[in-house]
Amino acid sequence: MLLLLPVLIPLAAALLAALLPARGRQALGVAAALAQTLAAGFLLSALPAGGRLSLVLGNWPLPYGIELAADTLSAALILISALLGLAVMLYSMGRDDPESAAATPLMLGLLASVAAVFLAADLFNLYVWFELMLITTLGLLVGGGAPRRNEAAFKYLALNLLGTLLVLVAVALIYAASGQLNFTALQVAGQWPQVAAGLRPYLGLLLLALLLKAGALPLFAWLPASYPVLPPPVLALVGGLLTKVAAYVLLRLAGQVFAVPDLWLEALGWLALLTMLAGVLGAAYHWDVRRILALHIVSQVGYLLLGIALASPAAAAGTAFFAVHNILVKANLLLIAGLMFASAGHYDLRRIGGLYATRPLLAVLFLVSAFSLVGVPPSTGFWGKFMLLREAFEQERYVWGGGALAVGLLTLYSMSKIWLEGFWKAHPDPAASAGVIPVPAYAAVLLLTGLILVMGLYPEPFIHLAQVATAGFWHQGSGT
Amino acid sequence: MMLMLILSLSVLVAASVLLILSRDTLRLVVGLAMLGGAANLTVFLAGRPGSTLPPIIAAGAETLSPAAANPLPQALVLTAIVIGFALLCFALVLIANLARHDARQDGDALRASEPDATDPIKPPVMEP
Repeated sequence: MLLLLPVLIPLAAALLAALLPARGRQALGVAAALAQTLAAGFLLSALPAGGRLSLVLGNWPLPYGIELAADTLSAALILISALLGLAVMLYSMGRDDPESAAATPLMLGLLASVAAVFLAADLFNLYVWFELMLITTLGLLVGGGAPRRNEAAFKYLALNLLGTLLVLVAVALIYAASGQLNFTALQVAGQWPQVAAGLRPYLGLLLLALLLKAGALPLFAWLPASYPVLPPPVLALVGGLLTKVAAYVLLRLAGQVFAVPDLWLEALGWLALLTMLAGVLGAAYHWDVRRILALHIVSQVGYLLLGIALASPAAAAGTAFFAVHNILVKANLLLIAGLMFASAGHYDLRRIGGLYATRPLLAVLFLVSAFSLVGVPPSTGFWGKFMLLREAFEQERYVWGGGALAVGLLTLYSMSKIWLEGFWKAHPDPAASAGVIPVPAYAAVLLLTGLILVMGLYPEPFIHLAQVATAGFWHQGSGT
Repeated sequence: MMLMLILSLSVLVAASVLLILSRDTLRLVVGLAMLGGAANLTVFLAGRPGSTLPPIIAAGAETLSPAAANPLPQALVLTAIVIGFALLCFALVLIANLARHDARQDGDALRASEPDATDPIKPPVMEP
């Protein structure tokens, strides 16, 4: 039951919120996110060290029953996504536009489906929750139905629906080849060389579909095309979580369930490097804060893929730490972009300025997150990149490691562009007056910034947790 | 039976790829729906199709007859059909809304969320 709570709480709240008037919805959203956070924290503390909790639904024994399972990695990621949900709900509480209230049930549905993906221990169940993630995101993208929102939703739908259909085909073919859907059963079945060889082409299809959903090169065009039209709290939730969820599934499947051939990992490493570069170079071109940050999501996915391609427990720990860092920092920057818009009146850096003079606190909050994204020590980004890069250099992957360092430098370029243009230079319109920032929105950003600071200044327990969470990864033997 | 299923599956996939590559928004959605149908057929094919014997253990017997149909893919395919139908309805309403704004239904003409660049060096300004 404890295992189901992080899914059931937001799901029940989403249904209830749809019936409530606008003000009540937002309050319920905050309460549900808080309850989910508590449930996830309790789940994490109830786990035996290095062990897992499992629940088999449907009154069938394994491997036929539908299994939900939580290990330290799943529980920690559910906790962090619930915390992000709490910050986002707080942030939208301060907005009195009709859309924020209308979006609350869908955001709760998204939180429930993300938690369920982290818990799924069964390929078909995984597919179903991916579809729920897709449909809630589509609803959030359409929003009020302005032409721009419809277009963004259409572009998102075209590529992501293709991705989930490919997941479904791959799941069916893997079932045909092995007779199993459950992760543990698949892991056991994969020990037989004939089964493993028969599975391989279908496994490739599954991994490619997940790469599409993670936003890897060359199929990331749906991301910058759709994300920037979203209002700030929704953008932070969607941009902070979705691609990371797909990367988590890739790590889980490649690192624990299936044996992936070395050649694929080699290809994945180069793909990761190109994804990093494509994202960061795209961001360097843009002047719209939302687009800059959306393209940085692509670039950060490259680091996660790099951690998967390095295929060792240390790299998996780095990936887990980096995913948590990235969820927090990226969402916080997207929320700060919303506050910049609220105070200066535009998202385009050519139309705003002077925020350091009018909003010094916002400037400090931006700097903390921007330095974390770049990876300046001692910040969360530094520790995450340090864990990944040390492993890359230890495995003598000098090009991958060096490329990741260069991408960090280019990230610094984008962040200093936002700082110089948005905060430092004078506002291009001298008559512009600073807008009002609601208190709950500041509280949300302060909550995330506080978490980032704690994780950056005192990283030891978090790194230890990441190492415990991924200790069992990459032990199934590399594919032969 | 098996051959017919496989042939129809290949025709479906070929037609859906042709339609998905089109710039016309309606064709793309129809193509995705057909690909969804092909995916459902794949799920169905994955688990011993052809048997019409229901998977019920006969009175007095301890195990299922080996010739019985496999119930699991049927359960899976039902779930997938329901989800696919919901997404298809959503996609059709979405392109109907798009067509109300721009009757061309041309995927390349969808530039409101990504405006065309007017300056050779700097990107266009998108109003918030």
